[in-house]
Amino acid sequence: MPESLNRMNRRDFLKASGAIALAGTLPVSMVELAFADSSKNFTFAYISDAHIQHISGNSFVRNWDRGLIRAVAETNLLDPKPDFVMFGGDLAQLGSKAELDHGAEIMSKLNFKTRYVMGEHDYYLDLGEYWSELFGPQHYSFDHKGVHFVVLNSILTYDEWTFDRWPTAKQRMLEMAGLDNPNGSPFMVGEEQRKWLADDLAKVKKDTPVFVVSHSPIQKIYKGWNFWTEDAEQVQALLQPFDKATVLYGHVHQIQYNQIGNITFNSVMATAWPWPYPRSYAQAESHMPKLTVPMNRADPFFERDATGWQLIDVGTGRASLRYQLYNNTNRTVAFNTTTGQPEDSMYQAEDKRVPPQNQY
Amino acid sequence: MWKRASGICAVILILAAGILPSGVGADEFTEADLERWEGEFMSVVEYGRELWVSAELGTNGVACAQCHPNAANTHPETYPKFQQQLGRVVALRDMFNWCLLNPLEGAELELDSREMVALEAYAYYERRGVELAPGKH
Repeated sequence: MPESLNRMNRRDFLKASGAIALAGTLPVSMVELAFADSSKNFTFAYISDAHIQHISGNSFVRNWDRGLIRAVAETNLLDPKPDFVMFGGDLAQLGSKAELDHGAEIMSKLNFKTRYVMGEHDYYLDLGEYWSELFGPQHYSFDHKGVHFVVLNSILTYDEWTFDRWPTAKQRMLEMAGLDNPNGSPFMVGEEQRKWLADDLAKVKKDTPVFVVSHSPIQKIYKGWNFWTEDAEQVQALLQPFDKATVLYGHVHQIQYNQIGNITFNSVMATAWPWPYPRSYAQAESHMPKLTVPMNRADPFFERDATGWQLIDVGTGRASLRYQLYNNTNRTVAFNTTTGQPEDSMYQAEDKRVPPQNQY
Repeated sequence: MWKRASGICAVILILAAGILPSGVGADEFTEADLERWEGEFMSVVEYGRELWVSAELGTNGVACAQCHPNAANTHPETYPKFQQQLGRVVALRDMFNWCLLNPLEGAELELDSREMVALEAYAYYERRGVELAPGKH
């Protein structure tokens, strides 16, 4: 047999066996949950924070590539199939065309309609210009099976910081890319977009479930790492009149959830790398929602540990997040109609928690 | 008796001469000294911070701060400890080198190099005030 043919067969074999191995590890928890009015139920997949990072020429950081490739491959194997996919922002690390193109190429393998959210790592090089060429408008709304979805660009900041402070666009990008950089600036939705949001929501009946999808948390947890949205209260005020409002956000690379009035908050995992909980930084105070049972402490020796993606069931207008965690037991955080707040299905009670959830 | 007394005197004289060479005492220092030493230390902390956010420390542009903002989740107060993944007790410096080799795809630093001391100074400084807990996982 000629060597080239031999190699090709081997590659095909590896590809096929890889798919089988993946299918074999897909957790059974992906079966759709049953709700009272099942005709309204649907499921979507949520992938976020890929941070595709260009090294030079045609090389990219392998570790982050693998995280996104794996999430895409597993999402494609879902059965039942999700109605659509959300990508929660930070496709790129430093906003370059090379990174956005490479990320878009990996995402193009998804078999489902995919919608995108703007992250600060996508934005601050060219203020989202190339991203918009690839993925469309930076804020928009749509309706799906009785749920009103609003996608916000929540990583804007003060005009002076964006337009007047930095000598080059590249430096502006680098300054915002450092999570703990004291030269950064707090995220915000901004007046113009809040006005658009108010107009958009004015057309929606108050008993329609509303899902707001943003990159930053739309609540104030820790300003030092931008686990923060400067005008969070103003945005929350627009959502409080609705019977059921849910905010889904990325950026934090960890499991968080909270309930403020009528609004339920859920974070999603990153595919790239995990972040410490703010309490792990001993020099500053932070305000992690008390409800949140932390994810397990990351084990760096498992490259994909504490990263992952999630499947979101929407039943009767509430979200149930099924976290697909590569090296840990999967978790589900679902709205509990009895207590009126999101709760972990297994670990919520103090005596059910496990030692790795102790973050310090 | 006289002999003995003079011997003691001689010892005292020698001791006195020993602790007073040209008027500088070993454990005498001023506010100005403290300030200078603090400055020396902080300049190493600042160098450590520079390295912590540098894209040049490894080969792939990944910086320590990308996963460890403010050196959080490095737990310097717990080292040396049994690093279960390595199966032995290691120092914080060993873990820094592990990160340099793996996520940063770079080369190890000499354990006593200026860079290693600076990285360690930065991580410890960000963790100041936390109680020592050697061995804690």
